Amino acid sequence: MHEKGIRIEGLRKRYGKGDTALDALKGVDMQVAPGEVVGLIGPSGSGKSTLLKCLGAVIEPTAGRMTLGEEVIYDDGWKIPDLRALRRDKIGFVFQAPYLIPFLDVIDNVALLPMLAGHPNAESRKRALELLEALDVAHRAKAMPSQLSGGEQQRVSIARALVNRPPVILADEPTAPLDSERALAVIRILNQMARQYETAIIVVTHDEKIIPTFKRIYHIRDGKTQEEAGEGRAFE
Amino acid sequence: MISLAGRDILHSWGKFVFTGVGLGLLIGVTLTMAGVYRGMVDDAKVLLDNSGADLWVVQQDTLGPYAEPSSLYDDVYRTIRGMPGVDRAANITYLTMQVRQGERDVRAMVVGVVPGGPGEPGQPGYLIAGRQITHSHYEAVADVATGFKLGERIQIRRNHYAVVGLTRRMVSSGGDPMVFIPLKDAQEAQFLKDNDAIAQQRRRTAANPAFNRPGTPGLLDAVLASQSINPYINAVLVQVKPGFIPEEVAKPIRRWKRLQVYTRVQMEEILIGKLIATAAKQIGMFLVILAIVSAAIVAFIIYTLTLGKIREIAVLKLIGTRNRTIAGMIMQQALGLGLIGFVVGKISATFWAPIFPKYVLLEPGDALLGFAGVFVICALASVLAIRAALKVDPAEAIGG
Ligand SMILES: Nc1ncnc2c1ncn2[C@@H]1O[C@H](COP(=O)(O)OP(=O)(O)O)[C@@H](O)[C@H]1O
Ligand SMILES: [Mg+2]
Repeated sequence: MHEKGIRIEGLRKRYGKGDTALDALKGVDMQVAPGEVVGLIGPSGSGKSTLLKCLGAVIEPTAGRMTLGEEVIYDDGWKIPDLRALRRDKIGFVFQAPYLIPFLDVIDNVALLPMLAGHPNAESRKRALELLEALDVAHRAKAMPSQLSGGEQQRVSIARALVNRPPVILADEPTAPLDSERALAVIRILNQMARQYETAIIVVTHDEKIIPTFKRIYHIRDGKTQEEAGEGRAFE
Repeated sequence: MISLAGRDILHSWGKFVFTGVGLGLLIGVTLTMAGVYRGMVDDAKVLLDNSGADLWVVQQDTLGPYAEPSSLYDDVYRTIRGMPGVDRAANITYLTMQVRQGERDVRAMVVGVVPGGPGEPGQPGYLIAGRQITHSHYEAVADVATGFKLGERIQIRRNHYAVVGLTRRMVSSGGDPMVFIPLKDAQEAQFLKDNDAIAQQRRRTAANPAFNRPGTPGLLDAVLASQSINPYINAVLVQVKPGFIPEEVAKPIRRWKRLQVYTRVQMEEILIGKLIATAAKQIGMFLVILAIVSAAIVAFIIYTLTLGKIREIAVLKLIGTRNRTIAGMIMQQALGLGLIGFVVGKISATFWAPIFPKYVLLEPGDALLGFAGVFVICALASVLAIRAALKVDPAEAIGG
């Protein structure tokens, strides 16, 4: 049992009330260690996004318990007063599309997060540049997002997810728009970053190309998770 | 922290500049409308200043001579001159009409003045060329805005006049330039009947047994003579002796001469409060509509720009941007748009104001008020967009 990383116990989420109520999550258990990348797969409508939204503190679960790092964030109710700051400091998000801010150049897209957390501009940009270097896009630091290729944009969005050194990264189909080679490259980077920054990463996907790369996979069906060993095809 | 609004404006500057210019032209029109009103007020004041009068003596129960017709006998001024405190008194007539010069004609206010020395009430105060009227017939001093040149011959009704002097900023309260002619000519121009009418009147008088009495020779001639003279004027302009209060001088004239007398303050009140009041309301109406249209444009643009950024706003919220920061971004963009608009508006108003046929007076105070108004309007207009942005759910960034 890891003390850090992500731990979810008996998480439930019910949408709506009364006759139209829908139980999207019916007691999910899940655990991801720091440095680990796990896959979360399941058919459409099985509750993957709902789980990410609960973990990402943008919707409130109905019951259960969630721990991020050393902090219990939910235990039959939010345990954190400022969810906005929680999202900013403790959780990194990677989306299907990069969703970069189109009017900020690459470095400020990444540096925005430390800036929002109150760090000075220069320091924020320094941290951003470090990550851009780690992700091999530092040479595009002054470019606008629209001038980048899809793969470069996705790497910038990973840099943004990592810049505040969150213990957790939630990735929602991060490889969907990419071809097989680039998709694998993104997963390789996520694995590398997970190890380098001791981050627990959950990747929601139904991308056949990348499923064999996970060492552990959570299958979600009908609102419940089931843990499986993956092929864990290493990149080394 | 960086300025999100500033970066967004720089990024899509084309959109902002285009909209800003459009808004700016609208603001320019608004400032010009205010300038038109100020110009009218200024014209009225200049009219009063340039008449050189402290008191206006007019027909009883009228708001003459500018706001209502007024007619007095032209010998009244003599008795007024004898009243205590009166320094100078001069007859004057005003008549707005078309003045012809060659092929063209110009709308002008024809002012009949007593030829006399400088400082005489009613005289054009200063000339930019030529000289004052010295003869009692067929000379004219024209405002340059009429376009008349020195030495040109102009026609007022049946008579021709030589332009002997040019003046400037002498306009009626309606903004028409003035043409000064000798009082006698002006009386004729205003009150003279045409030849046919005179002939007809003579016939009718001669046919009237009351006037044409064989037993009273000379009566018909006397009646005819009295009918052909025009002893009327519109007002007597009075200058008060130093040390006298105009209102105190006015009182006995009102009382003993049974005439209406207005002081400078009362005259201004008549011109601004009555004569141009409707025009002012008309302009006020325009200003209200322009303000609403400007607000609608800013609101629409900012709202559209914000809707185009819903996804980015959801991401910004998800990664922990405060609502306040997002609202601030939208508000600043609206204000930025207002700033561009105001600058463009001020420049264009300054540029086109002199081309207007009537005087457009752009007052810095109005510009300042306009500036504040633009900012308030932009701030209000951004409320709609801010509400839309605050409603965005950060969960939208994660998708379905
Ligand atoms: N906001 C919502 N209100 C009501 N029902 C929802 C809402 N979001 C998702 N659902 C329902 O919850 C179930 C799980 O949805 P979702 O988590 O989006 O699944 P997935 O991401 O695996 O496709 C679906 O049946 C979906 O219709
Ligand atoms: Mg989904």
